[in-house]
Amino acid sequence: MKQKNSKHLSAVFFWLLVIVLIYWWSFQSLDFTGVKSSAGQVLNAMIHGLIHPDWQYVYDGSGEDLLSLILQTLAIAFLGTFSSAVLSLPFAFWAARGPHERHRHLRSTTGKFVIILIRTFPEIVLAIMFIKAVGPGSFAGVLAVSIHSIGMLGKLFSEALENMDYRASEALISVGANQPQTLVMATLPTILPEFLSYTLYQFEIAVRSASILGMVGAGGIGTPLLFAIQTRSWQRMGIILIGIIIMVTLIDLLSGTLRKRLV
Amino acid sequence: MKQSLKNSQSMPSRPWLQRLHIKGWASFLIFLLLFKGSAQICDIQLSTFFQNLGQFFELIKKMLHPQWSYLAVVVAPISETIKMAIVGTTIGTLVAVPFCLLAARNIAINRFISSIVRFFLNIVRTIPDLMLAALFVAIVGIGSFAGVLTLAVFSFGMISKLFYEAVETIDPGPLEALQAAGANKIQMIVFAVLPQIFNNFISYFLYTLEINVRSSTVLGYLGAGGIGVYLQRSLDSFNYSQTAIIILAILVVVLIIDGLSNYLREKLL
Repeated sequence: MKQKNSKHLSAVFFWLLVIVLIYWWSFQSLDFTGVKSSAGQVLNAMIHGLIHPDWQYVYDGSGEDLLSLILQTLAIAFLGTFSSAVLSLPFAFWAARGPHERHRHLRSTTGKFVIILIRTFPEIVLAIMFIKAVGPGSFAGVLAVSIHSIGMLGKLFSEALENMDYRASEALISVGANQPQTLVMATLPTILPEFLSYTLYQFEIAVRSASILGMVGAGGIGTPLLFAIQTRSWQRMGIILIGIIIMVTLIDLLSGTLRKRLV
Repeated sequence: MKQSLKNSQSMPSRPWLQRLHIKGWASFLIFLLLFKGSAQICDIQLSTFFQNLGQFFELIKKMLHPQWSYLAVVVAPISETIKMAIVGTTIGTLVAVPFCLLAARNIAINRFISSIVRFFLNIVRTIPDLMLAALFVAIVGIGSFAGVLTLAVFSFGMISKLFYEAVETIDPGPLEALQAAGANKIQMIVFAVLPQIFNNFISYFLYTLEINVRSSTVLGYLGAGGIGVYLQRSLDSFNYSQTAIIILAILVVVLIIDGLSNYLREKLL
């Protein structure tokens, strides 16, 4: 008992030491001195702008106003996510481990690794690469969202496949259905509600990222937002921020209710 | 279930709404219309994509020839990125703890305050991280401090939600026992709440750290320090062989941090 206690104590000390070392390392050479003297002033101006947003910007019919750009942002996220849902299907089947397969399975492990690679690839870089291909604009944003979302959707889909209810497919196999038939008549109907629910969830995430992709020129509300911040027009920034908050909140609510009805 | 058993004796006749799958077809139609409308808004022309595919692959080709000597340059900013993530997440977590106690319905002082706190937290969570980075760069200037602040606010929003949800699932027994013995709120929190959720807290902290390492790699793109600054530099100068090295470095770091955090979290729970 006593020995166990001292062992426990030394483990605690060990972890404490590790944590202290990590923090000592983190705070070293991290530069906190560069704060501009105007910080307080800027913050005040910002808060003033947030309280007095530029209401004229909400809609002026030019197609460059808040409402049309928010609509564009939603369109980017929508197209990107649902195209990505289709693109993710092969990746999901690639990465999913079947019920009788070993823990380390070559196909499944490589698939999982590829999905992780896609997920880690920064979305902004993807957007910039696609801008090189199709020019600045929302199309580049759609492409970036649709490729990047494979990283998340592929993971969620493959996990759904691994945990799915196999009774329907087993029933079909037992009456002599071939593989395509089992896939279409049993696997897909079983898994579809879950897939749709995950896609809606990914849509919520994509709306957030679509609203900042414009910062590198990939369409949506991000472009005027960055412009407003860089030119310090805080009233404009205020109204855009309010717009983003309302948009994200509404989409979260909508998608939440839809998802509850699905599963 | 019972209903369908009873009905199975005489085949039920389905109303035409169900027989023709009106609901399903209608949702599908709405979906198609939304898709078409979105494509119109975004001005999608698949032909341009395929026409310029050559340029895209040119870029990929350049990225497939990474400039390995650049690796030495990348080490310092990437460690700065990790530091930013650790410090930012820690600050965010420390600020989040009192807020999550205020927001948790089972120990909050009253429902009104907890609703207000929740509303505030919801708003904080909707602000995208890159936008926070741009704002903080405007306030405190270019550098890693802006990144730390961004990550602090970002992880504050996320952690406080995870935390208050964890607090709400605790076993009320110890709380009631302490209350019956005459303990005050602080004592209840220290002796009944904390012991029950300490491991969850650490696990969520690690999870947020994981996400922050991921997002901190691009914060520098707007001037908020770390590897993102180099990412932007290489992209702006069309130096894709350097971009490739940076992305590789990000990948390795993210994979290591993910692995470590997953291992620790599995041990904790």
